[in-house]
Amino acid sequence: MTAKYQPGERVRVRTDRPSGHCRTPHYCRGHVGEVERICGDFRNPETLAYALDGLPKQPLYRVRFSQADLWPDYDGPKTDTLDIEIYEHWLEPPA
Amino acid sequence: MTTTHDHGHEHGHDHDHTPPPDHDGPWSDFQYMEAALRELLIEKDILTADEIRAQLERMDAISPAMGAKVVARAWTDPAYKERLLADGTAATRELGIEIEPTHLVVVENTAEVHNMVVCTLCSCYPRNLLGLPPDWYKSASYRGRAVREPRAVLREFGTELSDDIALRVHDSTADMRYMVLPRRPERTEGLSESELAELVHRDAMVGVTVVQGP
Repeated sequence: MTAKYQPGERVRVRTDRPSGHCRTPHYCRGHVGEVERICGDFRNPETLAYALDGLPKQPLYRVRFSQADLWPDYDGPKTDTLDIEIYEHWLEPPA
Repeated sequence: MTTTHDHGHEHGHDHDHTPPPDHDGPWSDFQYMEAALRELLIEKDILTADEIRAQLERMDAISPAMGAKVVARAWTDPAYKERLLADGTAATRELGIEIEPTHLVVVENTAEVHNMVVCTLCSCYPRNLLGLPPDWYKSASYRGRAVREPRAVLREFGTELSDDIALRVHDSTADMRYMVLPRRPERTEGLSESELAELVHRDAMVGVTVVQGP
C-alpha cells in the first residue's frame, strides 16, 4: 500500500473506541502528532488477533507527540516527546 | 546464613541439612494453557518435545552481551553506526544477530537527546537481541509511569536528566523493537572494542540508565 502520510506531516489519532483487540493506546487517541517515519506495511493486528489473515496490510507509522500535549500537567521540559507506532487506519488529517 | 557461614563445614552444632521443599505455588490459568497447548502440539506431531526444549535453550542463550557488542561496534566504527541507525535489522545481521520476524529501530543518545523504551500495552522487547526482559519492564507500574512521568521513573533508576536534554520516550506498541544506543563515556579512547562492550549493560540499552566509564 502507498502510505497516505509523509514524514513531518501532522496527523491526528482517531477517537474511536472499537471493541476487541487493537494496539492504539487510549492516551494518544484524539491527539495530534507528527509522522516521524514510515515503518512499512504490516498485517493488521486487529484481525490477526482473531486468527484471521490480517490482510490487507496497513502502512505503519511512528508518530511523535509532544508530552505537554498528551498530559496537561506534564512537568518536564517542552522538548520532551513520545513516539508511538500507529497503523494508518487509526490516523486522519488534523481538524 | 551468609554471615555465619565463614566457619567451614566442621559444624559443632546441629542444623537441619534436609533441602527445603519446592515452593511451586498453584498454577495460574496461563500455565495450564501453556501446558495444554504444548502437549497438544506434541500429540499432533506438529512439534517434538526436543524442538521445544531446543528453542527454549536458544532463547535463554540470548543475553544483553549481544546488544553490548552492537553498541561497542557502533562506538568504534562510524560507518557501522550510520548503518545501524538507518536499518537496525540489517546492521545487527552483519554481526550474526537475527532480529526478524520483528524489526529493530536503534535510537541514539546524544548531548541533546536521551531515549528510553517502554511497551505500555504488554512487554514488547528486543528479545532476539537482549534476551528476556527484566521483570520491572513488564510491571504495570513501569509501563504506566514511563509514558506519564518518565523523568521521575529515570530518577528512581538513578538517572538524573537535566532540563536541557530532551527526553524521547518510545512506546513499543506494534511491529518495531527498540534499542537505545547509549553515549560512549568519556576517557575511553584507549579501550578496545571488547573492553568497551564490557561497560555496556542491559538497562542502558533500554534507556533507563547511562553507561559509566571504567
